[in-house]
Amino acid sequence: MSTASILDIQDLSVDIPTDSSTLHAVRGISLELNRGETLGIVGESGSGKSMTALALMNLLPPAARRQASCIDFDGSDLTHATERELASKIRGQRIGMIFQEPMTSLNPVYSIGRQLKETMTLHRKVSDSEAEKRAIYLLERVGLPDPASRLKQYPHELSGGQRQRVMIAMALMNEPELLIADEPTTALDVTIQAQILHLLRDLQREFGMSMILITHDLGVVSRAADNIAVMYAGDIVETGKTAEVLENPRHPYTKELLECVPGYRGKSQQRLGAIPGIVPAMTGEISGCAFASRCPRAADVCTTTNPPTKKLHEGRYFVCHEPETEQGEGTAERPVGSERIGKNHSRGAEAILAVEHVSCTFSVRRGLFGKRKPLQALDDVSLTLNKGEVLALVGESGCGKTTLTRTIMGLQAPSTGSVSLNGQRIGNLPPMERARMIQPIFQDPYSSLNPRKTIGEIIAKPLVVHGIGSSHEQHKRVRDMMELVGLPSRVFNSYPDQLSGGQRQRAAIGRALILNPEVVICDEPTSALDVSVQAQILNLLLDLRDELDLTYLFVTHNLSVVQHMADRVAVMYLGEIVECGERDQVMSSPKHPYTHALMDSALSISPGESVPDPGLSGDFPNPMNRPGGCPFHPRCPIAEQQCREEAPGPELIDNTLVQCWKAKTAGSQLKS
Amino acid sequence: MLNYILRRGLMALLVALTVSFGTFALFHFATDPAQTIAGEDAPQEMVDDIREQYGFDRPVSVQYGDWLGSALQGDFGQSYFWKQPVVELIKEHAKVTIVLALSALGVTILIALPLGISAALKPNSWVDRFALSTAVSAQAIPNFWLGLMLIILFSVTFPIFPVSGDATWKHYVLPALVLGASSVPAVMRLTRTGLLDVLSSDYIRTARAKGFVGYRLILQQAMRNALLPIVSVLAVQLGHKLGGSVVTESVFSMNGLGRLAVESIFNSDIPTVQSLILIFVLTFVLLTLAADLINAWLDPRIRMG
Repeated sequence: MSTASILDIQDLSVDIPTDSSTLHAVRGISLELNRGETLGIVGESGSGKSMTALALMNLLPPAARRQASCIDFDGSDLTHATERELASKIRGQRIGMIFQEPMTSLNPVYSIGRQLKETMTLHRKVSDSEAEKRAIYLLERVGLPDPASRLKQYPHELSGGQRQRVMIAMALMNEPELLIADEPTTALDVTIQAQILHLLRDLQREFGMSMILITHDLGVVSRAADNIAVMYAGDIVETGKTAEVLENPRHPYTKELLECVPGYRGKSQQRLGAIPGIVPAMTGEISGCAFASRCPRAADVCTTTNPPTKKLHEGRYFVCHEPETEQGEGTAERPVGSERIGKNHSRGAEAILAVEHVSCTFSVRRGLFGKRKPLQALDDVSLTLNKGEVLALVGESGCGKTTLTRTIMGLQAPSTGSVSLNGQRIGNLPPMERARMIQPIFQDPYSSLNPRKTIGEIIAKPLVVHGIGSSHEQHKRVRDMMELVGLPSRVFNSYPDQLSGGQRQRAAIGRALILNPEVVICDEPTSALDVSVQAQILNLLLDLRDELDLTYLFVTHNLSVVQHMADRVAVMYLGEIVECGERDQVMSSPKHPYTHALMDSALSISPGESVPDPGLSGDFPNPMNRPGGCPFHPRCPIAEQQCREEAPGPELIDNTLVQCWKAKTAGSQLKS
Repeated sequence: MLNYILRRGLMALLVALTVSFGTFALFHFATDPAQTIAGEDAPQEMVDDIREQYGFDRPVSVQYGDWLGSALQGDFGQSYFWKQPVVELIKEHAKVTIVLALSALGVTILIALPLGISAALKPNSWVDRFALSTAVSAQAIPNFWLGLMLIILFSVTFPIFPVSGDATWKHYVLPALVLGASSVPAVMRLTRTGLLDVLSSDYIRTARAKGFVGYRLILQQAMRNALLPIVSVLAVQLGHKLGGSVVTESVFSMNGLGRLAVESIFNSDIPTVQSLILIFVLTFVLLTLAADLINAWLDPRIRMG
């Protein structure tokens, strides 16, 4: 190991015994991290990246077994360190760690102050007031306003973004030499994600820390890491400088994964690459290359012999046989990026769904004797959905997206205003009729399918409810639908938990489409899925749109998905649509400062570029305390007196509907 | 916190009032109290006399107000059977029951908590299996049988403790063991699963990553979270012991509230039964209130929610 490196891992394995066999979560990986640098570990779920991070300080679940020939951290070998040695010398002191789930990673019964201070007093002889000083300093550094009074607060009083800042401050209490961040921003909204990543980079420079950043998001890693290691099925398949790996990937998996990311090729509306098949079972031995069954280039040798590690130059490796053949097993979805999708229906000609001046106010009571307070979830929202188009609805959590979709589906009656479908008011339609025309696809395919029904029964259910066809006809329609959404017919009698996430989402799509609806509401349909599976589902949705002449309202927070899917985009903030227009207009020349910040926060894959600072002050406000005037003004970088006093009305500029006093000048003002 | 205490207190008061009316109504609507006092075969005039003498002919609301008013002043009326004020009777017997219940609770805590904690620290180890089989056996063994066995062993074969009665502290050892053992399974299991749950939580992983290990991890990080459900179940168990230790008191011939209740029921001593029910229920209400307040003190989410 060279003197520059702070961490050197050789041949690390993690095994987790299960009831019937052993799960090989990490299969003998080697890694090196230089002082002051950031190593990004990228991979899909189950690739073993989190297990690798936990294995360093032996924080694995109790059943897991760790093996390594060497885990050299700054000259001391952690492989044979006992639990007590690790706890007293390494954990929290020299290596800090940030976890993915800010909502559950802080102890709910102790105050923020206690949890910060104890990290320091546990390891060093410092007085309480010294620890408190450090805690206040760090809370200020991570951008929590009024840090001294925060110390008395409890985790449940803070938002997710605030809790993650506390986590970061906590990890930095003892100025660790190495910071391990395991998906530090995955649970957060995009603007918060950009803020946190920006902050981490600043702090890293300031304290001269090394960092391991674990993520599934290639955009994040491209901006934040010096080196990356791509993991697949418990192995590192490719590693090197971030720019080299992402611009000139050598392993087929890295290549395919990049093709799956919407917007990677810069152009939209092209077919995404999609890696067919699923990650192999991690139990038992894998003979040959773990990726062979999904690899478009796989040759015979790939399935029989373990692939060799090839070195391009120091620090740049990949593990592959590099067969010459260009056709293998996994060529089901070709060609990538070549054709423009669709027969170009005459889209957007006629309005099919109209939301007119819809407001929704809930009255919320805190506690048994608390006062009822109004919560304005939607404020005068107007929106039209044209036949055959994909309208993306974008916004951060709490902005009213869900209430709007529920209102459109008729599951929530608006306080004022109306929703009409083909000219008929939704409220006047009988529920059965309404359900036949509008169908939803939900975010989480793990909980939106009844676990006690078979896939066949689930897809047939709407037909049964609506009494359409004989059981024989229903059966046939279900079979046809399964073929249409790409489900193998053998899963007809399977239960949801026997299917992969992607297959479940296909089943959910099948159920939504079996009644031939006109409008489909897709509520974050891919955010619970891996990138490679997300690409399959997005391709499928676009294919089906053309084939069945569907209209989508596509709710998402993922802007690269918007870029890929949408014809038009509507941006929501605190129950209002602040900007709505053609995709390219909205995304490349946003007029509202909030849209501007959102687009700035979107992290596309571009190595060399750093994480932008979205320039928003504060967090997303609590909808219970809606600011007066323009609801965005407390966070807006260009707000003026007028914005604080008067709410702006909608205004049409360049065919884009904007609600902002400064819409005409915002673009140029924000760029400077 | 003050807000929370007031809210909970008010709720408890409402429950107590409802219960008091329930107990009152039970005897005045379900039976004819005058007939009960006079006896099944008493002549009608005698029943009428009693009805007038005891005031049963007045409107129910007046009777309830009267009864509640005196109860609040500590006057629960005169026992028909023992011919002395119910308050005196209850005071006499309550001492035995309270001492017994509290020492039994001590026994439960001393056995169940350490056992549950050690089981949770090493799941599937021999400690865990021992704890679980103890729980299963304790659940399966009836109270009276355990009591008799203990008497045979520690009072007859090895005469260490007296067979029965409630005169000295020695009299309380065996009954407290019996009564305490009956709650061990529930509390032990809850401690084990609760702590296991907490130990597998994300915030404990955070604490480990901060450098917490061993007893510090358990006591300074995990225990407060794990205690929440245990406090609630201990309150219920203590309520059972205060109100329902009839079997144990009978086996060891102790003159507690349980036996008083049984004898009053057999003798149709309505004022005593009525007062006992009211006291038992109020005990439960108060214990639940206490558990809620302790939990609120332990957990800021309850305190501020």
